[in-house]
Amino acid sequence: MRRALALLPVGLFVLVLVGFMAGLRHDPAILPSMLIGKPLPAFALPPLKADQAGLATADLTGEPVLLNVFASWCGPCKEEHPTLLRLQAQGVRIAGVDWKEEPAEGARWLDENGDPYMRAGNDRTGRAGIDLGVSGVPETFVVDRRGRVRYRQVGAITPEVWTQTIEPLMTRLKAES
Amino acid sequence: MRRLALIAAAALALAGSARAVTPDEQLADPKLEARARALSQELRCVVCQNQSIDDSAAPLAHDLRVILRERLAAGDSDKQAVDYLVRRYGDFVLLRPPFQADTVALWLGPLAVLLLGGTGAALYMRGRARAAEAPLSAAEEAQAARLMAGRDEGG
Repeated sequence: MRRALALLPVGLFVLVLVGFMAGLRHDPAILPSMLIGKPLPAFALPPLKADQAGLATADLTGEPVLLNVFASWCGPCKEEHPTLLRLQAQGVRIAGVDWKEEPAEGARWLDENGDPYMRAGNDRTGRAGIDLGVSGVPETFVVDRRGRVRYRQVGAITPEVWTQTIEPLMTRLKAES
Repeated sequence: MRRLALIAAAALALAGSARAVTPDEQLADPKLEARARALSQELRCVVCQNQSIDDSAAPLAHDLRVILRERLAAGDSDKQAVDYLVRRYGDFVLLRPPFQADTVALWLGPLAVLLLGGTGAALYMRGRARAAEAPLSAAEEAQAARLMAGRDEGG
């Protein structure tokens, strides 16, 4: 009994250590999204180019879709862009929110780098992004047929993120009615 | 040296009032502005997470300060204005986390550790005090005498 009691602090120490080690693996920049399982917030964004359609919440129902928040001033977006173009070529539906910049800047960026979006809207003030709980760009929301957010990717969609996380989820969502 | 200390003191005094809030963000109504300042000091910037939005120069913190002021100007209560941001960014934006089911360990954990440590320490101290009070047995007395004698011879 006494010996067990003497070992108690050691046991507690190990427990705390394991807790801290687990904490180290967690990226503090990735916050839980408040939107998981909930419908997208309502927004109606103007287009990047005058002759295009903008992007409204209603455009994001019917089929599972990726809602990608991007900006021409964002470095990791450039890194992510080839992946998005490749996904679009594979038939993945991607919608874009051009966050916190002039529509012309976003439009120029898409002209230069290619446009992976079926529709895109410009969120010059950043309010739609804030309604989505965005803390930076890029961020991507996986939206199901009924317009509910099912997953939030903070940071670039790398090929690994796509094959390991988002693609399986999209396959599952497509099977949902 | 004295002058240096004076400059340092002045710099510190100024630093205390230097905030990220810019004049164009501020509300004309000093009462509302004071409420907004107080609230924004309790809200975490989600970009630079150890700063409040009142302290942070991040563009998103600026946006959130403006939104907070808009809500207050629109007639929101303090709680409504804060809830508006919590709905978007979660409890994480509250620098003072609420006491609820998933924060029990956070709030009561330190108290539990203190109690555990305190009990352990108290038990240990009591054991030591008891050992010190106990009189020596005959054998121990004899041993002590032998030791003392040996010491005398050696010294």
